[in-house]
Amino acid sequence: MIDLSLIWAFIIAFAVFAYVVMDGFDLGIGILFPGFTVGEERDSAMNSIAPVWDGNETWLVLGGGGLLAAFPLAYAIVLPATYPLIIAMLLGLVFRGVAFEFRWRDPGHRALWDLAFAVGSFVAALTQGMVLGALLQGIEVADRAYAGSWWDWLTPYTLLTGLGTVAGYALLGSTWLIWKLEGPAQDHARRMAFRAAIATLALLAAVSVYTVFLEAQYFDRWFSMPSVLFAANVPLLTAIIAFLLFRGLAKGWEAAPFWLSLALFFLGMAGLGVSMFPYIVPDQVTIWDAAAPESSQIFMLIGVGITMPLIIAYTGWAYWVFRGKVGHEGYH
Amino acid sequence: MLQDLDAILLARIQFAFTVSFHFFFPAFSIGLASYLAVLEGLWLKTGEQRYHDLFKYWLKIFAVTFAMGVVSGIVLSYQFGTNWAVFSDRAGPVIGPLMAYEVLTAFFLEAGFLGVMLFGMEKVGRKLHFAATCMVALGTFVSAFWILSVNSWMQTPTGFVMGDNGQFLPGGSWWDIVFNPSFPYRLVHTVIAAYLTTAFAVGGVGAWHLLKDRTNPHARTMFSMAMWMAAIVAPIQILAGDLHGLNTLEHQPAKVMAMEGHFESHPDGAPLILFGIPDSEEETVHYAVEIPKASSLILKHDLNAPLAGLDTIPEENRPPVEVVFWSFRVMVGIGLAMLGLGLWSLLARARRKLYDWRWLHRAALVMGPSGFAAVLAGWITTEVGRQPWTIYGLLRTADSASPLAAPAVATSLVAFIVVYFAVFGAGTWYILRLMSKSPMPGERGVKHGEKGPIRTSGITPGPTQNPGRRETIPDGEDEA
Repeated sequence: MIDLSLIWAFIIAFAVFAYVVMDGFDLGIGILFPGFTVGEERDSAMNSIAPVWDGNETWLVLGGGGLLAAFPLAYAIVLPATYPLIIAMLLGLVFRGVAFEFRWRDPGHRALWDLAFAVGSFVAALTQGMVLGALLQGIEVADRAYAGSWWDWLTPYTLLTGLGTVAGYALLGSTWLIWKLEGPAQDHARRMAFRAAIATLALLAAVSVYTVFLEAQYFDRWFSMPSVLFAANVPLLTAIIAFLLFRGLAKGWEAAPFWLSLALFFLGMAGLGVSMFPYIVPDQVTIWDAAAPESSQIFMLIGVGITMPLIIAYTGWAYWVFRGKVGHEGYH
Repeated sequence: MLQDLDAILLARIQFAFTVSFHFFFPAFSIGLASYLAVLEGLWLKTGEQRYHDLFKYWLKIFAVTFAMGVVSGIVLSYQFGTNWAVFSDRAGPVIGPLMAYEVLTAFFLEAGFLGVMLFGMEKVGRKLHFAATCMVALGTFVSAFWILSVNSWMQTPTGFVMGDNGQFLPGGSWWDIVFNPSFPYRLVHTVIAAYLTTAFAVGGVGAWHLLKDRTNPHARTMFSMAMWMAAIVAPIQILAGDLHGLNTLEHQPAKVMAMEGHFESHPDGAPLILFGIPDSEEETVHYAVEIPKASSLILKHDLNAPLAGLDTIPEENRPPVEVVFWSFRVMVGIGLAMLGLGLWSLLARARRKLYDWRWLHRAALVMGPSGFAAVLAGWITTEVGRQPWTIYGLLRTADSASPLAAPAVATSLVAFIVVYFAVFGAGTWYILRLMSKSPMPGERGVKHGEKGPIRTSGITPGPTQNPGRRETIPDGEDEA
C-alpha cells in the first residue's frame, strides 16, 4: 500500500525547500539593498533577480495551497498560532513585489520604493524564520484547534531562528551577486558575503544547540539510533562546507560560494526533517493525524503529477536563458 | 472603536475587504484576456494595423492588472487559515483540492504562456503567439472555474459525507462536488459579468478619447466593439441573472427573500418592491414602492403563486436584509443602465452617428467603471445573502473562525486597509495613466531604451523590456 500522506509530506517539503532556496536569494538581495550604492549598483542587483523572483514566490502559494488540501488540520492550527507573523509576511511580500515595478515607474519616489523593497524583504525573511521557530518550540493544541494566545510565538528562540533566516538569506543573496556581477560591485558583494557567512554560521550553531536542548524529544531523536549516524555527520559536513565557503570567498571563486551556501541550507532542511518527522505540528499532530482522506489526496495528486514536472522544466529553462553576468542595464 | 467589535465580525470585515479588493482585478483580467485574444485574432485575419496597436495598448494594462490580481490573491490563499481555521479544517478535504487546482492552473498558465504572450512574439512567431494568447484567456477562465466551484459548494454543498471528526469528506464522486447545483449558474453569471466589466472599461476609454478627438481611429474601433458587447451581452446577462435567481430561490430561499425585501409571506401573489427602506427590527419595508404580484410573476411565472417570506425562517437563520436588499438593487440598476446604453448605441449606429453623439460618449465614459460596481454589488448580494452560514445550512459563520483575540484581528485589518490603499492605489493610478494616453499607430509594449526591470514571465510581469538583451524581450518587433 502506498502511503499517500508520506508522498504529500515530501511534496510539501519539496515546495518549501524550493521556495526557501529560490526566494531566499532574492529576499537576501532585498535585505542587503540599503548597503548598495544608489544608481548602477542597485539597478544591477535588482536586475539580476527581476526575471526570476516572481516565479520563485509562487512556490509559497503552492506550499500553502498544498498544505490546506493535503493536511487541512495542520493548516488550521499553524496559521492562527502564528497569525501576526503570517500577516506581516504577506504585507512584506506585497510591498517588495510591487517595488520591482514601481521603482521604475515612479523615479520621483524611487528612494521610497527602494526602502519598501528592503523593509519588505527583511520582514518577510524574519517572519518566515520565526514561523519555523514557533513551530519547533511547540504549539498548544486542544480539540483540533490552536489553544494558545496571540503572542505565544514571540520568544528568544523564535527571534534567533528569525535572525538566522535573515542572515542565511543575506548569504544566499550576496553569493548570488558574486556569481552574477563583476568588477567593483562583485568585490562589494564578496565583502558582504563574508560578513553574512560569519553571521549565518554563528546563528546556525546557536539555533542547533538551542533546538536540541529545547525539548527532550529533539534530544532523543538526534542522539538515538539510527539518526545519530546522520546527526554525527551534520556538524562535520557543516564544518567542511564552511571551510570551503570561506576559502572560496578568499580565493575569488565565482559560482561555488552560492552552491556551497545552498548546501548549508539543504543540511539545515534535512536536520529539520530529522527533528520533526513524523510530526507536522511537533509533538501534537502527525502527518497521518492531519491528513485529508485518500480521495482528496489522490484527486490532487493527479493535478500535481501533471503540472509540477512542467513547472520545474520551465523554471530551469528560465534560469538557463538568464545565465551569465548581468550588467547594470540587464543581462548580457 | 474597533475594540468594541468582536473578533468574528472583524474577521468578516477583513475577509470582505481583501476579497473585494482582489475581485476587481480578476474580473478585469478575465475579460481583458479574451478581448486581447479577439484583437489579435482580428489582426491575424484582417492584417489591419489598428487591431495590433490596440492589442499592444491593452496588453500593457493587462500585465499590471494580472500582477495585482496575483499579489492580492496570495493574501487570500492564506486568509482561510489565518482567520477561518475551523472552516479550513472541516471543509479542507473538499475545497482544498479544488483550490489547489486553481493555484496549479494559475501557476501553469503563468509558467507556460504568459511570458510568451507578453514578450515572445519575435521568438515564436505570430501563430504560436496567438495560441499562447488564447491559452492565457482559457487559463483565466479555468482559474475562475475552480474558485467559483469552491464558492458555489459553500452555497449549495453536495457530494460529501460527514466524518466522525466533524470534517466534510468527499462522498464518492468529485463530479458531484465540483458541479454542485448553483455552480453552472454562478459560473455563467460571473464570467459574463467579467466580460461586461471589461467591455464598459474599454468603452469608457474609447469614449474618453472620442471626446478629445472624434476622428481618432483607435478610439472608434474600441468604442464600437464595446458598444456591440453592451448591446448584445447586457440582455444575455439579465437573462442569466434571472436564471441564477430562480436557482437561488430553489436552494437558498432566505437569500431571495432578503433580496426582495419580503418579510411577510404572500399566499396569493407577492408584490415586487422596487424601492423602500427595509427594517429588520420592525420586519417591514418603509416607504415601499411596489408593483402588485410582479415578484410572483418573475420568480414563479404566475401572478397568483404564493411566495414565502422571512417570517417562515427562524430569526437566527436570516441574512442581514438591509445589505442584501440594497446591493441587489445596485446590481440590477447598473445592469439595466448597461442595457440602456447598449440600446442607445444601437440607435446611434442605425443613424450612423455612433462617433458623433457627444452625450452617448459622455454616458459611456461615466459608465466606464460601472461594471466593477455591479460585480462588487452582485458579490455582496450572494455572499452576505449566504449568511449566517459559511457552508449553507451546515456550518455557521460564527463557528468557522479561528480562535483569535479581537485586537489581533483589528490590527491586521487596519494594516490591510492602509497597505492595500497605498499599494493598489498606486497601481490603479498607473493603469489610469496608461488609459489616459491614446493608442498610437505602431503602439509598442514599451518605448525602446526605457529603463526597467528585465522580465521573462511570472506572476508580475510588467510591461517593460531589457535594453541590454533585446532578443529575449522582443517588444520592438514591429519597429524591426
